[in-house]
Amino acid sequence: MHIVDGALSTPVVVAGAALAAGGIALGLRRLDMDRMPAAGVLSATFFVASLIHVPIGPSSVHLIMNGLAGIVLGWVAFPALFVGLVLQAVFFGFGGLTVLGVNTVTIALPAVLAALACRRGVTHPDARVAAVWGGLAGALSIALTTAAVALVLTLSGEAFVPAARLVFVAHLPVMAIEGLLTAAAVFLIHRVRPDLLGLFTRPAVAGEGA
Amino acid sequence: MSDLLNGHAAAGGAAGAGPRALDPRARIVAVVSFAVTVVALTTFGALGAALGLALGAMAWARLPAGPTLKRVAVMDGFIVLMILMLPFTVPGQPLFTLWGLTASLDGVLRALEIALKANAIVLMMLALAGTMDAVTLGHALSRLGLPDGLVHLLLFTVRYIAVLGDEYGRLRTAMRARAFRPRNSHHTYRAFGYLVGMLLVRALERSERILEAMKCRGFDGRLHLLDALRFRRADALFAGLWGLTLAALAWIEVAHGAAF
Repeated sequence: MHIVDGALSTPVVVAGAALAAGGIALGLRRLDMDRMPAAGVLSATFFVASLIHVPIGPSSVHLIMNGLAGIVLGWVAFPALFVGLVLQAVFFGFGGLTVLGVNTVTIALPAVLAALACRRGVTHPDARVAAVWGGLAGALSIALTTAAVALVLTLSGEAFVPAARLVFVAHLPVMAIEGLLTAAAVFLIHRVRPDLLGLFTRPAVAGEGA
Repeated sequence: MSDLLNGHAAAGGAAGAGPRALDPRARIVAVVSFAVTVVALTTFGALGAALGLALGAMAWARLPAGPTLKRVAVMDGFIVLMILMLPFTVPGQPLFTLWGLTASLDGVLRALEIALKANAIVLMMLALAGTMDAVTLGHALSRLGLPDGLVHLLLFTVRYIAVLGDEYGRLRTAMRARAFRPRNSHHTYRAFGYLVGMLLVRALERSERILEAMKCRGFDGRLHLLDALRFRRADALFAGLWGLTLAALAWIEVAHGAAF
């Protein structure tokens, strides 16, 4: 779902960059000394996760897991996913340079919004309930991401509307899969390290327990 | 795959050859200015010249043509759908008809324009920026004014991608040892979900050890970036030539536009 250079109109590119800068600034404000290593290592984890391919029908898709990133990282998902996109663009040639801002917003903003919407459910004492809400957040963030990509394309020109619609429909199975995976991941984290689910939602400096 | 995953720096080739000899900051500014210029171009003469320049840069950086172009082709795979649909959705002079759908000349030209821009910029990026190691990229971005927090996050991420990649490899090996084979089943998706969850848990536990180890060594929230980035005469020459090149692209654009 990377958008490439040259496809979008200038106002869309500029607005995307401004929004991304705002989100990144919000995320950076939550990064204190104690949580910087955790943010970096988790950001690396989501980078690695995005290289995992899972089977879907006769083909396979790579994971995005932005819903889970939103649940675990909160607003820090913005700078973390931005870093991932920069590395992918520069070293893998995926995506583009002028569209980095737009790509960051279309991936990170849905992640943050979906996680905020499902925040209560994900931290529910019952792991099963939490898993259902996690799955919802995972599917919702992919739905919002494809909708955002479609919107960005549509804003750049009427000619993109059919392509935008197709992008959305083509991602319906991806939503289902990401939802299932996120639900399972939240279930496991809930059982093993529940504090991971609220690590970056605490605003102040958090003392280390262990 | 990339050096990011192998964990060792320096993306191939002699350190002193081609663009690798230049100041990373100059290379980053060059790529960004190139991208902004190319995105603004509209004539095929100028876009062709830009793609030519990018191919030239690829040769200058001594990137192996096959794997590099294959990587660019992967990116094209992302947009191929959009590119293929454009001729049929942009209104204009009909060019040909396929399955009852009419492709317009304007649509074909628009699709070609996007493809040229995207490929030229990605190639230039791989040639000038992709040839530095990721840590150098972080240092250079820091010197160019990127906020400290973002640079630190980038450096941490770069440092641990290979480590977490290995962790992922171990978990996959453990799954294979239990005869796990991915297929289209609920079981597969749940197993992959647990895999990602476990990866995150292990990442968190590792980060706690990292923080403690760093605190023992006097970490106070700042990473002191030690580097020897120097803007030399060769970099000034490069910057000057680069400015002239971009001006030439703009000139082709204007001259070509007038001829239309």
